[in-house]
Amino acid sequence: MNATTGNVIGIRFMRLGLLALAAGMLFGVIGGFQFLFPEFLQELLFTKTRPLHVSLVIAWIFLAAIGGIYFYLPRRCDLSLSWPSAATLHYWVFLVTGLVILACYVGGRFGGREYLEYPAVLSIPIFLSWIIFGLNYFRTVQKSREPWPVYFWMWGTGIVFFLITFTEAYLWLIPFFRDSMVREIIVQWKSYGALTGSWNMLVYGTAIFVASRISENPGVARSKLAYSLYFLGLFNLMFGWAHHTYLVPSATWIRTFAYAVSMTELLILGKILWDWRASLEEYQVHRYCNAYRFLFAADMWIFVNLILALIISVPAFNLVTHGTHITVAHAMGSTIGINTMILLASVFYVIREELPKSVHAGCSRYVAIGYRTTNISLAVFFAALVVAGLGKGFYDGESFQEMMQSIRPALLVFAVSGIALMVGLWVVIWHAFRLLGLVLSPEPVVGQASLQRDSA
Amino acid sequence: MCAAFAVYSAVVYTSGTETPHLEPISEPARAGQQVFQEYNCIACHQFYGLGGYMGPDLTNVISKRGPIYARAFIASGSARMPNFKLSEPEISALIEYLTFVDGTGSYPPENYQVNWYGTVVQEDDPQ
Repeated sequence: MNATTGNVIGIRFMRLGLLALAAGMLFGVIGGFQFLFPEFLQELLFTKTRPLHVSLVIAWIFLAAIGGIYFYLPRRCDLSLSWPSAATLHYWVFLVTGLVILACYVGGRFGGREYLEYPAVLSIPIFLSWIIFGLNYFRTVQKSREPWPVYFWMWGTGIVFFLITFTEAYLWLIPFFRDSMVREIIVQWKSYGALTGSWNMLVYGTAIFVASRISENPGVARSKLAYSLYFLGLFNLMFGWAHHTYLVPSATWIRTFAYAVSMTELLILGKILWDWRASLEEYQVHRYCNAYRFLFAADMWIFVNLILALIISVPAFNLVTHGTHITVAHAMGSTIGINTMILLASVFYVIREELPKSVHAGCSRYVAIGYRTTNISLAVFFAALVVAGLGKGFYDGESFQEMMQSIRPALLVFAVSGIALMVGLWVVIWHAFRLLGLVLSPEPVVGQASLQRDSA
Repeated sequence: MCAAFAVYSAVVYTSGTETPHLEPISEPARAGQQVFQEYNCIACHQFYGLGGYMGPDLTNVISKRGPIYARAFIASGSARMPNFKLSEPEISALIEYLTFVDGTGSYPPENYQVNWYGTVVQEDDPQ
């Protein structure tokens, strides 16, 4: 197989994503302590650390998922990129725009809405870069002579719906939406719900790709169950967003409809990964030790998150949980427990396939330590947020200060476990970043033809 | 399914989310909305329980605490909120915006009904 620019750019996307995750965790920890001690690091107010944390972690999810797609298509699916230079352009647009956005946050220059707080004009290069990515992707997979496996559909759908929902997130710029507070807030959260669904398409597609490759069973990605997951995921993406806005005045049918479709997709993804793990031979588990363990963790977090998601999707329970830290627990369980674990599995799958065992050291002890620290501290972090959320949800007084005081012990546990979570992830990130660097290295690694040499 | 999504979106945009009892946003309130975004107030505060958790929900701060109370907090800051040194016109615009938001409904909902199958109907819902 000939390597192309796409291989190299895919690894670069992944490495940039790992850096974004490392920095995002740092800002998360700073924000966590500002929550407890508002005077902590006044030079970098919480109004800055929160968007820095959220944007960097979301950037990690997109960068790692996109990097995987750019890498897997030419390197593992025999589909060389139709437009390799566009992939490089995509990378640089993403990097430069990202740096400008970070500079805006640090400098206190906002103007957008929650989660997209940067000045709205910066959404233009992001939108254009996804157009380029989409064109490149569809032109590439079009060359496949076989019927598409489910992950091709999921990746393509993720790209298309990112463009739709990202556009929808900016409808507030039109007076018709902006002039009505309720309409605007509901359309904003409709778009965010679907935007999350679009990145889930990219990430879950990656999970199925890696699972099918580790088990050497392409049937995993062509089964009826896999296509059921795809259609259910698409259905949820389109219609399952309103649990975010149950308590915003809106027509009852919007809530009832969302209630009916909520969260069913996680059940099927959990089933697929459960069945896949049962089907693995001992040698496959050992061979892809690191990738396997992160997919295993994702599976566990799917079940934990599923229980919580089902509870908060019932409007009657949502009356208590909405606007509390339980929502944050759900978001952290999804982005770290599920998305990050799947994407780290993808990164370590690439490392296992591209480097000889002598270099990546098989089941590295340090990665194992980082993996355990991450998951144990995430469990404590998650539980602390649920406890804090229940404290806030059941508080019936009028004083915000008094409520915050009553949940302070839980927030303290949350902040301390956040440090452990950051350290655990940093250990994993460091190893992944270093090993991906070896894949890119122009110096040949013993026993392995590096991508750069292949390209040459 | 895509056609259903398009129709569904159009319906949500136009008929499921109207607040017929409310006047359109005024120019001063719109200016306050701009100030609210420029200082990224949503990082710490919430409307209808959506936003940050550092400070209180502001949906009904005007009707519950009054504009003078809100103005004093914005102008001076508190133990948990720094003084952003907003100008007097910016503070007035913010108060206008918070007054506008207050008129859109109540949070947490005060009058609601839980159906036997778990859904909730609120007094402020558009009929």
